[in-house]
Amino acid sequence: MRADTDTIDEFVASDYKYGFVTDIESESLEPGLGEETVRFISAKKKEPQWMLEWRLKALRHWEKLECPTWPHVKYPPIDFQDISYYSAPKKKGDGPKSLDEVDPKLLETYEKLGVPLHERARLAGVAVDAVFDSESIGTTFKEDLAKAGVIFCSISEAVQEHPELVRKYLGTVVPYTDNFYATLNSAVFSDGSFVYIPKGTRCPMELSTYFRINAANTGQFERTLIIAEEGSHVSYLEGCTAPMRDENQLHAAVVELIALDNAEIKYSTVQNWYPGDEEGRGGIYNFVTKRGICKTNAKISWTQVETGSAITWKYPSVILKGDNSIGEFYSVALTNNMQQADTGTKMVHLGKNTRSTIVSKGISAGRGQNSYRGLVQVGKKAANARNFSQCDSLLIGDRCGAHTFPYIEVKNPSANIEHEATTSKIGEDQIFYCNQRGLETQDAVNMIVNGFCKEVFRELPMEFAVEAQKLLDVSLEGSVG
Amino acid sequence: MSTVATTDPATTPVEAFAQLEQNGVELMPLRKAGLARFSESGYPTVRDEDWRFTNVKPVAELPFHLVLVPLGQAIGQEQLTSKTFDQLDADRLVFVDGHFNADLSQIGNQPSGVTVTHLASSLAGLEREVGSLSGGDDNPFVALNDAFFTDGALIQIGDGQRLAKPVHLLFVTTAGEDGEAAHIRNWIDAGANAHGTIIESHLSLGKAATVTNVVTESRIGDGANIEHIKFQDLSKRAFHLASLHSELGRDARYVFHSVALGARLSRNNLRLRLAQPGIECVLNGLYMLRGQQLADHHMIVEHAAPRCDSHEYFNGILDDQSRGVFHGRILVQPGAQKTDAKQTNKNLLLCDDATANTKPQLEIYADDVKCTHGATIGAMDDDSIFYLRTRGLDAPTARRMLMHGFAGEIIERIRHDAVREELDALVWDRLEAEHQLH
Repeated sequence: MRADTDTIDEFVASDYKYGFVTDIESESLEPGLGEETVRFISAKKKEPQWMLEWRLKALRHWEKLECPTWPHVKYPPIDFQDISYYSAPKKKGDGPKSLDEVDPKLLETYEKLGVPLHERARLAGVAVDAVFDSESIGTTFKEDLAKAGVIFCSISEAVQEHPELVRKYLGTVVPYTDNFYATLNSAVFSDGSFVYIPKGTRCPMELSTYFRINAANTGQFERTLIIAEEGSHVSYLEGCTAPMRDENQLHAAVVELIALDNAEIKYSTVQNWYPGDEEGRGGIYNFVTKRGICKTNAKISWTQVETGSAITWKYPSVILKGDNSIGEFYSVALTNNMQQADTGTKMVHLGKNTRSTIVSKGISAGRGQNSYRGLVQVGKKAANARNFSQCDSLLIGDRCGAHTFPYIEVKNPSANIEHEATTSKIGEDQIFYCNQRGLETQDAVNMIVNGFCKEVFRELPMEFAVEAQKLLDVSLEGSVG
Repeated sequence: MSTVATTDPATTPVEAFAQLEQNGVELMPLRKAGLARFSESGYPTVRDEDWRFTNVKPVAELPFHLVLVPLGQAIGQEQLTSKTFDQLDADRLVFVDGHFNADLSQIGNQPSGVTVTHLASSLAGLEREVGSLSGGDDNPFVALNDAFFTDGALIQIGDGQRLAKPVHLLFVTTAGEDGEAAHIRNWIDAGANAHGTIIESHLSLGKAATVTNVVTESRIGDGANIEHIKFQDLSKRAFHLASLHSELGRDARYVFHSVALGARLSRNNLRLRLAQPGIECVLNGLYMLRGQQLADHHMIVEHAAPRCDSHEYFNGILDDQSRGVFHGRILVQPGAQKTDAKQTNKNLLLCDDATANTKPQLEIYADDVKCTHGATIGAMDDDSIFYLRTRGLDAPTARRMLMHGFAGEIIERIRHDAVREELDALVWDRLEAEHQLH
């Protein structure tokens, strides 16, 4: 308990420690969205013709769409013409060949965020792709990974170096017509990570991407594509932060996972975008589409810890297409102050003997609104499908809200679907008990919350689990009084 | 003119309104507003979130046929004997195609302070009340009902009074033509500490694809204790659209049961507002479907005051290509502390082609609450069957036992003994006769 208390003291002064701005010369596109914007981004990335055409198709489709209003979140309409769709740190000459040539200021930024990009970080044993605004600034451990045949690079690089793979898989799980924000992303996505694990390979280290929004008035639209060939295995981590600003910034990402026969992908997110201040000024709008497809005997596991963002709106999903495939979703979503979250998952059972597990823990404090929205769908041919869903909500304070909107659609009688949900608050008796044992109220709350989330934290890689736990403590600071 | 038929309700001829005006000129603003609302919205489609799984296109495609005065053919008492609840010791109000039939009805001596009659007979003083509880609803069928309702039950129980006998509202359709529609409006007003049991049943005497569109508004006073049992066993071609709007008083007890066995498509909207402390409310339902049937229960229980309990239990047995739909939303408003809300929906799929869609939702804005929901969908539990077989039962018997138990769970909650026993026997026979186990 001692260590946790220290952590809290550490943050009493500033609630959001990642709120600094890096003063770096950057090249930004004027706000506005149109064909020129898309052409500019595509040209900037020196993309082949097919990529540009795909983007333009998406743009034309997007122009026909209307912004969805069904999520249980409130925000003023977004002026999509008032956003800059491209911002990147200015490069000298042709840009850095290796990390050694990267602007030291950038490296410093990541150092400050606790993400070491230098190879001396070998000890950490995690390969990192660092994305700064619209550009990937570098990827570590590339050579080591290449030895194992693993491709880990930015998606822009993949379009240049491995166009056949990108072309084969991009948009196969989340088509450009999927939804409003995914379509927008398809048109203007700037960067993101690309992972390819060859047949039968177990990726030798954890892969990770760290997203950082720095420039003001820009949107971040990253696109991640992970392909796990037959019998391969990969664990991938994602982290995100942004500076404190008074205006809202848009982050609309798309993540596509492809797990071929017998492959396994584990995708973990610790999302800590700037959540806005106590009055709800500023913060990131996090509107993300994440989906994976499982072939025969494959497994995809999503784990997410969502503590940041003014609004979170995402449903990491799994299409269980192959027989015996497995989908998992573990989530902790915390909303404090004026934060809003509408998050959950979709498990689409198509193959036989498919299984899915959903464990969602929502914590609402302050005036936060937290919704779980999930779909479990069992197709006609999905014999013996099995799903277990549990969504628990914890309320701290009497001005917050916790909501559950599950959808269950079953077309096969051999399916076995269970859904449970509970809503509770931290009991006064629990706090009293802890107080009696000499624990401060805030420590008691942290302890209870961590216990509440244990099932999810257990799924996170160890480094992340520690970070996630600290994050929760910090985010809850001052919510009990 | 006995009936008026058009293709689109929005273009109903003016004669229809002239006819309806005779039922009470004061209701005309409500009727006109209802028609205007419907003209604006039209029939709901599956694109509307509330109608996502229930496609009412077959209703929209029927000719729109209003039965403004009773149809010619007389119905004899003998046609109603042997129907459900015929032997029940109860006051009976019979409505034929939405019109009260005095010959078939029997109303005994209820205590003074209790009124049991049909709405059209005593609208005076109620013009402002009718529509006041259903008014906020954007359901297009409520709008249609506002515009065209012909009659329905009026039950008023004064403060501290109790119904001497249960009141049985029997709605029959005789129509011989597809699309003939009965728009029925019930008004129930139970005063403080009133007691009573109300039974509502819907049966078909004809085979046509008729439509019944029922809106029931009930105001249950402080400390009142009311049990309402709804039994729907219409023909397999009929369409049934119903909506209940209930406002409950402090410490009121309200138990509503829905047994949906008939109709090609039935939809029950249940809207309960718990705006006073200490209310206890139970919604309990059973649907048993086969063939192409669809039954949809769509409820919103709004907790707007502290210390209220609401419990929902819905079980469905789905055979052939039938579809069971459940939408339950518990809404806990800020300040509704100490709420205890529970929601359960269980579905038993007997056949490969049956479908269940369930959406048990919680929307909670208060922290000191206990809210749970659970849903299950699946075939019969193999472990339970195995257990029974180890006790010496053969597999078919074990399955039958489990199925009866599954339905019995719901029937058991009916408090009125005679009604419970009759429905228990009926459900048992129906399961034995119609749902052969695979």
